[in-house]
Amino acid sequence: MGECHETNSTVAAESTGGVHRLVAIVGPPNSGKSTLFNRLTGLRQKVANFPGVTVEHRVGRAHLHGHHDVDLVDLPGIYSMRPRSEDERVTHDVLHGTMPGLRRPDAVMLVLDSTNLGRHLTLAAPILSLGLPTLVLLNMADDLAQRGGEVDAEKLAIQLGTPVALISAAKGEGLGAVTRFLGGGIAVPRPVELPVLQDVPQCRQWARQVSTGAGYQTPSPSAWTRRLDGLFLHPLWGPVVFLLVVGAVFQSIFNWARPIMEAIEELVAWSGGWLTTQLPDTLWRSLLVEGVWSGVGAVVVFLPQILLLFLFIVILEDSGYLARAALIADRTMARVGLQGKSFIPLLSAYACAVPAIMATRTIESKRDRIATILIAPFMTCSARLPVYTLIIAAFIPERPLLGGLFGTRAASMLGLYVLGFVAAVTTARLLKSSILKSERTPFVLEMPPYRRPNLRSVGLRLWERALAFLQRAGTVILAVTVVLWCLASVPFVDGQPPPIEQSLAGTLGRAIEPLIEPLGFNWKIGIGLITSLAAREVIVGTLGTIYGMEAEGDSRGLQAALQQDLSFAGAVALLIFFAFAMQCMSTLAVVRRETGGWKWPAVQFVFMSGLAYVCALITYQALS
Amino acid sequence: MQVSFKNGSSGAPRRTLADLAENHEALVERLELPEDLAGRLMELGFVPGQPVVAARSAPGGDPRVFRVDGAEVALRRETARHIFLQPDPVH
Repeated sequence: MGECHETNSTVAAESTGGVHRLVAIVGPPNSGKSTLFNRLTGLRQKVANFPGVTVEHRVGRAHLHGHHDVDLVDLPGIYSMRPRSEDERVTHDVLHGTMPGLRRPDAVMLVLDSTNLGRHLTLAAPILSLGLPTLVLLNMADDLAQRGGEVDAEKLAIQLGTPVALISAAKGEGLGAVTRFLGGGIAVPRPVELPVLQDVPQCRQWARQVSTGAGYQTPSPSAWTRRLDGLFLHPLWGPVVFLLVVGAVFQSIFNWARPIMEAIEELVAWSGGWLTTQLPDTLWRSLLVEGVWSGVGAVVVFLPQILLLFLFIVILEDSGYLARAALIADRTMARVGLQGKSFIPLLSAYACAVPAIMATRTIESKRDRIATILIAPFMTCSARLPVYTLIIAAFIPERPLLGGLFGTRAASMLGLYVLGFVAAVTTARLLKSSILKSERTPFVLEMPPYRRPNLRSVGLRLWERALAFLQRAGTVILAVTVVLWCLASVPFVDGQPPPIEQSLAGTLGRAIEPLIEPLGFNWKIGIGLITSLAAREVIVGTLGTIYGMEAEGDSRGLQAALQQDLSFAGAVALLIFFAFAMQCMSTLAVVRRETGGWKWPAVQFVFMSGLAYVCALITYQALS
Repeated sequence: MQVSFKNGSSGAPRRTLADLAENHEALVERLELPEDLAGRLMELGFVPGQPVVAARSAPGGDPRVFRVDGAEVALRRETARHIFLQPDPVH
């Protein structure tokens, strides 16, 4: 099929300079594509977005011994080449070379689950018909052998007219064939007789014939998956286990991360003090130490906690448990007018609303998708964690609950998470019974077998998250901190920066004070509320800067300083405010891109912030 | 394709996937669902003649997981009700 070459040569030249071969990794969901991709690219990968659509894809570079480097693109999982959701469309468009911003791949690696070959081979028909050089990889070969299955890769290769290799991406076995394919002579598949692609039963029959011809022996079913489902989907124990897991996550976020956080805190304070002694007493020193150091440092402290939370979410996702959680949640979600699939983005919104909103692409119904996007920011994202931790640690005394199993602080934190969830679900109900009313959409979800999470993949995702967090601390938070420092240093009085109260920042805070006074907040918290419109955790940095500039040698911590400024009622009101308010530019930007306009982000911002104000007001007035 | 949207001429109540008891097996006869959904289900294995086993369900009995062609797929009762089974049970 030579007609594809001339249409794409121009794109190829501009995207990579035509130096490296571009190879796409394709396969059904849960076949281990990403594990292979991670194995081949390691840290030489990045998440990218196609222009116009929000579907993420990963591109990376593989170094091959004795060969040229190869660029790899990891595409969303597909069952067929007839796309039904936005992410499937991306795979379709990339393989046909119609995706703007990416040239057509030079070759394809089709990753299939060898333990489920009879079914997965169905996808080989449409992929082979593309006419691109193709390597078929039968992944999880170790699992296949262990469970008593077998297949003759050579016989399969003859029938498919293209090379076939048995591999284990998780263990790194059999990758020699991959290296040879990527680096060496790749050829267009020898034409073989393929079924009519539109006829699903015929395609399946073809796949069955081919696999039988290759001596495929279906392995015995995974005993582990049955056993674990017996527990996780048990009518009584299932929900109990779910609650225990969630409880353990919160308890550990509070207790395990603490020593590391305290160590970082001390390091920031110590290095700030050291810098003060090393630098001459100028305005620059003030900017560096009181502005940047205490501002950015106050936020960086929370990195261990955020990574711990991500670790739990990644493990739940990679082990296959998340699909079961979606199954259990479907009934509840149906009651508020959504379906189980909406639960997965909502759960990942506990980490961050931005990827969660992107994950809504798997929801086929447009109205369900918008409803999910609108409620996702109510879920307690990791950016709220620093704010919650700071306020809870400063205002809630630690006491054992349930016979020491649980502390009051972890319980308060859990309560805030529940509050966010309730707000999300109630809003969904409201939306789905009014402006986003629609017929019930079907719930069809494949349950992946349980797998042990791959250490390498988990490590890579955490590394990526840590970088993203530090990058934010180094850009958005740094910028806001510097601007804030400047605003807090002018206008000069007698050639000196003014007391912070009389500075421009102080004036701004005082200007909104009448508005927030009924909520129990003073002008310093007011400045924090303004800056946290950029991102929630910025308030911690802001308070760090304000108190850093105010303290003048007085080294009381952020917590102690806050206790001077907030009453208990005000602290609870502030927690409630942060639970509901829409304070995240990145989320609003993603929602705008995702929904194609300013309408939905505007609705979201007004609704969430209004709700936050009213609820904080009621809380403060009731408690004080 | 064995996809029909409506079949009004049914006399006796026919068995559907929703009637299949846990751990029981039956063969799929046809799908009476919108084409898009039917296509997706067929890709997942719900094709005529295919044996399906009812497996565990979410607490409350809905949705239920069905074992079909080496995969486990969760469906709501309201969808399973439109997947008709061949009259003679295998087991």
